[in-house]
Amino acid sequence: MTLDEILASLFPQGHQVRTSGSLIGGKADLPGGGPIHVIGIKDAAFLGVEDAAILANRVLEIIESDKAAPILVLIDSSSQRMSRHDELLGLSEYLAHLAKALLFAEAQGHRTIGLLYGGSAAGAFIATALATGTLVALPGAHPAVMDLPSMARVTKLPLTVLEEKAKTTPVFAPGLDNLAQTGAIHAVWDPARPLAGQLTALLSEPVTGDERGHLGAARGGRPKAAEIAERVIKLATHG
Amino acid sequence: MSVTATHNAGNLSWYEASARQRVAALADAGSFVEFIGPEQREMSPHLAVFGLPEQFDDGMIIGSTKLDGRDVLVAAQEGRFMGGAFGEVHGAKLTGLLRAASALKRDVLILFDTGGVRLQEANAGELAIAEIMRALIEARRAGCKVIGLIGGRAGCYGGGSLIAGCCARLIVSEQGRLSVSGPEVIETNRGVEEFDSRDRALVWRTMGGKHRYLIGGADILVDDDATAFREAAIAALRATGGFDLAVLTAEQQRLEHRLGRFGAMRDAVDIWTGLGIVQPARLPELATEDFLQQVQGKREAADDAR
Amino acid sequence: MEKLSFQFKTEKPAGGTRPQALVGVVASGNLEVLLERVLPTDACSIDIATAAHGFGTVWQAVVADFVSRRAAGGLRISVNDGGARPDTVALRLAQAVRLIEEPEA
Repeated sequence: MTLDEILASLFPQGHQVRTSGSLIGGKADLPGGGPIHVIGIKDAAFLGVEDAAILANRVLEIIESDKAAPILVLIDSSSQRMSRHDELLGLSEYLAHLAKALLFAEAQGHRTIGLLYGGSAAGAFIATALATGTLVALPGAHPAVMDLPSMARVTKLPLTVLEEKAKTTPVFAPGLDNLAQTGAIHAVWDPARPLAGQLTALLSEPVTGDERGHLGAARGGRPKAAEIAERVIKLATHG
Repeated sequence: MSVTATHNAGNLSWYEASARQRVAALADAGSFVEFIGPEQREMSPHLAVFGLPEQFDDGMIIGSTKLDGRDVLVAAQEGRFMGGAFGEVHGAKLTGLLRAASALKRDVLILFDTGGVRLQEANAGELAIAEIMRALIEARRAGCKVIGLIGGRAGCYGGGSLIAGCCARLIVSEQGRLSVSGPEVIETNRGVEEFDSRDRALVWRTMGGKHRYLIGGADILVDDDATAFREAAIAALRATGGFDLAVLTAEQQRLEHRLGRFGAMRDAVDIWTGLGIVQPARLPELATEDFLQQVQGKREAADDAR
Repeated sequence: MEKLSFQFKTEKPAGGTRPQALVGVVASGNLEVLLERVLPTDACSIDIATAAHGFGTVWQAVVADFVSRRAAGGLRISVNDGGARPDTVALRLAQAVRLIEEPEA
């Protein structure tokens, strides 16, 4: 689905979502009533300091202006922008700030829904998609920590060896199935059905704590994470 | 499990020290209690398939301790095991610690020493980082102070740098580096003209502790010495600070201000010149005390805007 | 990974009262050694996990030498090896025993 098709399917009654450069921003009305804010990044853009600051500012404006309207984050990006300029200026602070804004929005009562419809990788993935309260995806989305050829180069293992090992475990290779199995993706939406209904259904699900560890255990991608975290809490609070 | 602590570890190089030595140097003598210590043998389930050796604590040491009489939770990464990188178990230990912090309303020290995500378990490592950031922000919202310490061999790279960006205060040494993409990654992706990863002076000018301190990417600069880190941690825990819309708004302003002031500059020396520092090219060679004197009143600060 | 296991009868128990000690780091050319005071005082076991295959006889020699020289009774010794040389192994074993013998704080 193209971005326009996605927006039309989400908001069949129309929307005021615009694009500016690589960024998406605007508002729409939910079928059940009430507004939903929309932000995002498109065209597999790299996320650098300037765009991160713009996106974060938009989130803060939403928090300031609007009591509890949900925020939809549309994502089709590459990784963080890998440049001297971005690191010189302290990219880690800009990406962390964007993540903090999203996490704070969710905590303040603005449901943050990530909709991954294209790519997302590494630092950009953490600062956007993984910083939302609930992350869903469309088939064809391709999240990654790192592409396999780069992994092969860094680990000094042949690409064929990595590809073979990737068949036995979902824990390292890119791809929607792998990220779903490890607990990152709450659900994959069905593009053959209207997205509006799927969004409405999602928004009616209760807000929870961070369930990704339990999801990862249940789906078999991360057998240890939830259990280890829970044990640490028990040890720390009963010691 | 208690760690032998030679308290007053005078002249222990933070850079050279192991994670356990750093924890011992910070902790009041005999006060450290480890959670899921090495005898529990909670190792990575994902390394054997690559024929890689495991470590009993998976390179993450967590526990409770007293720092100058004050109860804190502490996490320390061992940068020499798998480059201190985040894996499933390694990350889950820190996630649990931060969730415990919220429940206990206790402050947390995170001793970073990490290249980022462990590639052999990349998806688990990446998710761990996201869960850690969420738990960290919840702890701060609950009133906990979360302080980061950066000065180890692996630096604080990749997803680790994003966790650092969620801390209320960052203590760095000159040896510390803080960056999302590492020098080699930038060079591989953009070419050696963009970033020569073998130019150590360039690496430290761009990502190192002194530069971060100057532009407000870090809050306290200390010598490469465990006692100095300990004293800075004690001071950081005394500072007031919360996490609310005012803090985020102040951070937005300082980050936009930085782009406006320095966004067109190519090299750190240009930025230092822009800060009004005299003889900026000499800054890297100055000892910490002289450096702090030279830059006093000229650096960008991030107090309560982080 | 290759797993090796050695069992010894010992004459002298390890000194001190600490229940456990840990030295080292699993890095290239290095190893970690975990000591747990959990066996009968006349027994010592050493379990090794190593990525370097085929060095069984070298490990045998190093650990046998160690047990003959140091009072290690009662100790379960566990090693994660990052490809250390025999002299580094011997060093870490000695460091570990020294640490477990230290008076408790």
